[in-house]
Order: sequence, then C-alpha cells, then structure tokens
Amino acid sequence: MSVSKNEYSKMTENAQPHSPVFKNSIKAFLFGGGICCAGQGLFALYGMLKLNNDQIKALVPITFIVITAILTAFGIFDKIARHAGAGTIVPITGFANSVVCSAMEYRNEGEIPGVGSEIFNIAGPVILYGTAASFVYGIIYWIVERVIA
Amino acid sequence: MSNSVINLKNRPFVQSFASAVGKKESEGPLKEYFDVICKDTSMGQDSWEMAESFYQKKAFTTALQKADLKESDLDIVFAGDLQSQCTAAGFALRDYSVPFSGTYGACSTMALTLVLSSLMVNAGYAQNAAALTSSHFCAAERQFRKPVQYGGQRPPTAQWTVTGSGCVILGNGKKEHMPRAEKVIFGKIRDLGIEDENNMGAAMAPAACETIGRFLDGTGTSPEDYDLILTGDLGAVGTKLLYDIFEREYGGNLAPHHKDCGLMIYSLDSQDVNAGGSGCGCSASVLCSKIMKELCEGKLNKVLFVATGALLSQTSAMQGETVPGIAHGILFSNQ
Repeated sequence: MSVSKNEYSKMTENAQPHSPVFKNSIKAFLFGGGICCAGQGLFALYGMLKLNNDQIKALVPITFIVITAILTAFGIFDKIARHAGAGTIVPITGFANSVVCSAMEYRNEGEIPGVGSEIFNIAGPVILYGTAASFVYGIIYWIVERVIA
Repeated sequence: MSNSVINLKNRPFVQSFASAVGKKESEGPLKEYFDVICKDTSMGQDSWEMAESFYQKKAFTTALQKADLKESDLDIVFAGDLQSQCTAAGFALRDYSVPFSGTYGACSTMALTLVLSSLMVNAGYAQNAAALTSSHFCAAERQFRKPVQYGGQRPPTAQWTVTGSGCVILGNGKKEHMPRAEKVIFGKIRDLGIEDENNMGAAMAPAACETIGRFLDGTGTSPEDYDLILTGDLGAVGTKLLYDIFEREYGGNLAPHHKDCGLMIYSLDSQDVNAGGSGCGCSASVLCSKIMKELCEGKLNKVLFVATGALLSQTSAMQGETVPGIAHGILFSNQ
C-alpha cells in the first residue's frame, strides 16, 4: 500500500465531518444557563420557605442531584445530554449522572466488586484532581496572603 | 494460488441463514428482512452480556430450523463476538452439544467464521459447519466506552453498535436456489496510524481496500464483475476513505459496485447513529437477511462479502496505541 501514514492522516481529516462546535456551544450555553437560572429560582423559592442561607446552599445542589438521578434512572438524561453537551456535564448534573449511571451499569457485578468499586469510575478523576487542585490553590493562597500582609 | 485467494473447489452450499435483531435495528430500512425481532433489548436477561448470548441462540436455532438440521448434524460451529474472551458465543453455545471454536476477528468475525466454515466443508472435514456472530449495543458500550446511561456527546465519526446476530450454515448437501461459497481470502493487518477510537471506519478502510484489491488481483477481475462488494461496518467516513484509497491504489471507482452494511442497517438521517452501524452483529445481520435473500432470489448473483475489524482493546486504546484494521473476504455466488 503506497499511502503513507501522513497522507492517510490528511485523507482522514478531509473525509470526516467535524463536530458542529458553534451549534454545540450555543446549545451548551442555553442548557447550562437554563440550569443556573433554575438554580437561582430554587434559591429564591427555598428562601421563601424561611430556610437559612446554609440550608439553601445545600438544598439547591441536592435538588439537582435528585432530579438528575431520577432522569438518569429513567433513561431520559442521556437523551437530553446528547444535545446539551457541556451544558449538562459541567454543572453538578454531570457529576450526578456519572455516578448514577455507573451504579446502574455495574449492579450485576454485585454490591462491592460491582457498584462499590465502579461507582466513581467516571467521577473519580474529578474528585482526585479537584482535591489536588484545591490543595495547590490553598498553598498559593497561603503564600500570596503572607506576601501581601 | 496467487495473492492468497483460496478457490473452494467443492463450492459449499449455504444450507440456511438467519438473523435476530433488536428494536432499533427493526425500525431501520431492513426491518422486513430479519427472521427474529426482539423488541426487549435485554431479552429478559439480567445482564446485557447474557442478552447478547440470547440473540446468538435465536439466530443459531432459527438457522438450524430453516436448514431442517439437528445440532448433531453440525460438525463444527465457529462463533465469536466483541466481548472479552468471546463470552457471548461461549455462553450461547454451552447448552448445545456441538464442536465449538471461539473465533475473534473484532467486527470482521462474521467473514472470518464464514471463511473457516467454508474451508472445513470444502476440505471434507465437516459435512455441515455454522458461522455465528453477534454484538450488543449496551454490552459493547459498557465494555469499550461508558455506561449506557452516561450523558455525553458522540462525535460525528462515531458509529452505533448493532444489537443483533447472524448465522449461516454451510454444507456439502445440494440446496436448490441457495448461494454457494466460491472463494475466500484472509486479510492482512493494516495500520495507518489512526488513534481515534471514535473513528473505527477510518482505522479499517485501508485493510478493506487491501483485501478487496488483492482479491481482484488474484482472480483477475474488476469491481464491474460483481453485483455487489459488501463491506462490514466502515460507516460513512470509512466508506469515503475506502473509495479514496482504492482509486489511488488501483485507479478504479468502487462506489457503483459497493455497499456497506453499516450504512444499510439504519436510517442515518432519522435514527441518530452518527456515521452508521458497527459491530460483528452489523455485517452478520445484514448479510443474513437482505443480502442472502436477494442471492436466493437471483436479484444478486455474485457478492464479495468483506467484513472489517478493528483489532484494538480498551487497554491498547488507553495506552495510546494506534488501531490496526483487518478484513477477511468470501465470495458468494448463486450460479
């Protein structure tokens, strides 16, 4: 075969359709923005129930987690996410979906080797590097604070 | 024989063929051709893996019934799938008393099992041999990608794994109006550096081109001599690349004589499958439905079936290896 890897890479680039980045970005903005607005709405709603600020800050994400879990269990979330993309992955909905879908998928392998070890299959890296990043941020913050003081 | 094309002197007869598919496949353009349609993709089983075995069982038993054969009439069953250690095939056939050879060729497995079966029958080592493969969308997603309910976006080059199975029984017994296996060819591994596991069509197209080109060279024929050159699951991207490489390497236009099972099984516009269908069950269920029926009816007379496979694993993909492709071929004729 006379086609080289470099030539084939160019041929492939020409042959394949590209993700519609602009359309996807608009959709992600609208879905993600919609979720944030709904969060703000929930914040106001819980405020009317005379809950204190700390309680409201906990309840808003919990509400989204519960809604996502229910939508995931009924096979609706992934259909929405196929259009929403980053709009549903970036907010806490994406995190909740990744945990619930793993739990559902691995239940046949049992509670410990299945659900137990696989539940953070997708969310695990977020937890690990999120924690590591906050540690680094904490050190930077501590140094900057000392320098300014 | 030159170019490793093997001529089957005894031209084994197709004794029967059968296909079993899931709901999404039954909503596609080939719905009227399938033997068994199972709307419940779990097949009442506890796991997707067991469901896939069930599809294989359905295709296998239906093919036996259609050929009017008993399991004891089979001298060998070559069967495979995409699951680790070919468990779908092993579990599907554990309830039958048949000599079994698990066969892995990724999505090229249907062609590989057909090649091996026809060689066994042609050589006289088997009176009847069965070729059987399957794939299941949910089992494949969870093994190779993410859990089924994960909410992510698929790139436009990605393909949709077919839930389904196909079985062909080949034998020495004369069968009126049934196609015969004429020639076979084993593929050579081709790797042109594709790393994107969401672009399997591009990874497999060079192997398809090599096998088709070598077959045409070896038999002194050109694409015009065939009613159909049928590839397995190149999808939209791989098909375009196949035409491009073929034109460059052999100087001919393959498009008027070629179809791809991955572009036949779903309606690309309305079924949200991106670049088309894929999986062992894709080529198996398309071959064992529309194509075989049209060969029997004389609408098609000469079909070169070339199923393509991507020889990667989850581990090799995660370790950044490129994706080697393979394509095996078998020529069916009803003359």
